Amino acid sequence: MPYIPHTPQEIREMLGVIGARDVSDLFAEIPQTLRPKTFNLPRGATEMAVRAAMEGLAAKNRTDMTSFLGGGFYDHFVPAASDYLLARGEFATAYTPYQPEASQGTLQAIFEYQTAVSRLFGMECANAGVYDGGTALYEALMMAVRHTRRKKAVVSQAVSPIYRIVLSTYTRNLGLELVTVPHKDGCDDMDALAGAIDDKTAAVVVQNPNFLGAVQDFTALFAAAAAKGALSILSGYPVLQTVLKTPGAMGADIATAEGQSLGLPLSFGGPYLGIMTCRKPLVRQMPGRIAGRTVDGAGRTGYVLTLQAREQHIRREKATSNICSNQALCALRALINVCLTGEEGLARQAALSIENAHYAAMKLAAVPGVRLLNDAPFGNEFAAVFPVKAKLVARKLMDEDIIPGFPLGRYYKGLENALLVCCTEKHERAEIDRLARRLGKLL
Amino acid sequence: MHKDLLYTKTHEWVRVEDEIAVIGITDFAQEQLGDITYVELPSVGDMLEAGQEMGSVESVKAASELYCPVSGEVIEVNEELESTPEKVNTDPFGEGWMLRLRLTAEPADLLSPEEYEEIAKSEH
Repeated sequence: MPYIPHTPQEIREMLGVIGARDVSDLFAEIPQTLRPKTFNLPRGATEMAVRAAMEGLAAKNRTDMTSFLGGGFYDHFVPAASDYLLARGEFATAYTPYQPEASQGTLQAIFEYQTAVSRLFGMECANAGVYDGGTALYEALMMAVRHTRRKKAVVSQAVSPIYRIVLSTYTRNLGLELVTVPHKDGCDDMDALAGAIDDKTAAVVVQNPNFLGAVQDFTALFAAAAAKGALSILSGYPVLQTVLKTPGAMGADIATAEGQSLGLPLSFGGPYLGIMTCRKPLVRQMPGRIAGRTVDGAGRTGYVLTLQAREQHIRREKATSNICSNQALCALRALINVCLTGEEGLARQAALSIENAHYAAMKLAAVPGVRLLNDAPFGNEFAAVFPVKAKLVARKLMDEDIIPGFPLGRYYKGLENALLVCCTEKHERAEIDRLARRLGKLL
Repeated sequence: MHKDLLYTKTHEWVRVEDEIAVIGITDFAQEQLGDITYVELPSVGDMLEAGQEMGSVESVKAASELYCPVSGEVIEVNEELESTPEKVNTDPFGEGWMLRLRLTAEPADLLSPEEYEEIAKSEH
């Protein structure tokens, strides 16, 4: 059955009431040039035919390769209980918890999630989550623009290129100025970043570890930004945040992250989770939902969506953001993972990932002709430089069922020979040894 | 009803003394809004025109815009409201004042207390 509640007769009646000829009249406001030319959908088919087609597509996936791909998305271990808990009907609902009297469970889960991510990043507040890490960073920038009433952003080139594309796409028509400060051999150029911040700057935007793997301390940069009246935004990596200095401790005003590493499967790019945290004075600029804990008339603990005047169901044109995606199920999954893994478990996950990556860096650097891009401290990801194009190396090794990493030349001019290599706790030493061996043979 | 004030249709009040105007929202407005949780105000130095949107008042379940009743430069904002917005509920004509402006034009088109009372009555 089609999931459309209206019969053709009802549609005709409704159109008649408002004096429209057909459904396309309802879209008359949108210029023809902005409308999709075609949805490119095949005709309907039976469930069996659809299943066969999907299975055919799924069979094209290679699931038997050893992958060292990271670049913002990480293959961490997911506890088995996570899938089971998440599948419960009470959780798998599209219902928005606006009525606290009917949503205590969902609201408490959101509140606990907010508490967990706030603690992880050393920040004071969090929202219920947004679409993904890139969207979270854009929303953070808009918070800064609203708060400072300034229109310029200083963005490090060492921030994920995917995030930077999101920023430039979303802000294209908003009259903002994005100033990109080039990286220095894979590290953030602190002096150039600080030098680019002026009294028109709303925010400085950095990432830790940065896209090229370097772990840095941005405390001094953030202090310099604050001195100019600009906010500091840091995009982090949740699992590693258990062992790294927190954005809060560095003095960040807003910290965001891709939440995928907290127990969400990679699943071909999504759905993921945009984590947003901030200092309390900025909470009114936070987009999306925020759950709060309070007491009822009888003094019993209760949970509600709070500060709702920021939201579009109260004032569409004045909402802090018209983002609708809460990703509640993904946020819940992250919370379940944090609860099952625990603080020690997460720190252990981070430590094992970092150990593996350092072992891999040592093994790769021992291959003649291979060096590391820089000697900066790194977490579970680093850039290795070859005497040849990294793309060629990757292609050759893929024939041997190894995805050695992410060739950086696609986004970074001058780094055509550099490969971003990532390890998690799931990698075996034997797999890393094999990567080094194959690489040695190839070069 | 304060007889020494002038009013707007959008429920702001103004007290004009020489070229200085003090602005807030009326008792009727705060009562309609319910418990006020946040007041968003312009900054000192901002130039405002009569009728211009100048901020907003948020209550537990609603938000409404504030409109500037007169033209002038903001010389002071009530910073107390940042931490205690409920003063707008408890004392809208006193401690709940919002802005002090230096007038750049003669106030015009404002309502007398009697005219405003009629409007408040009709909206009840």
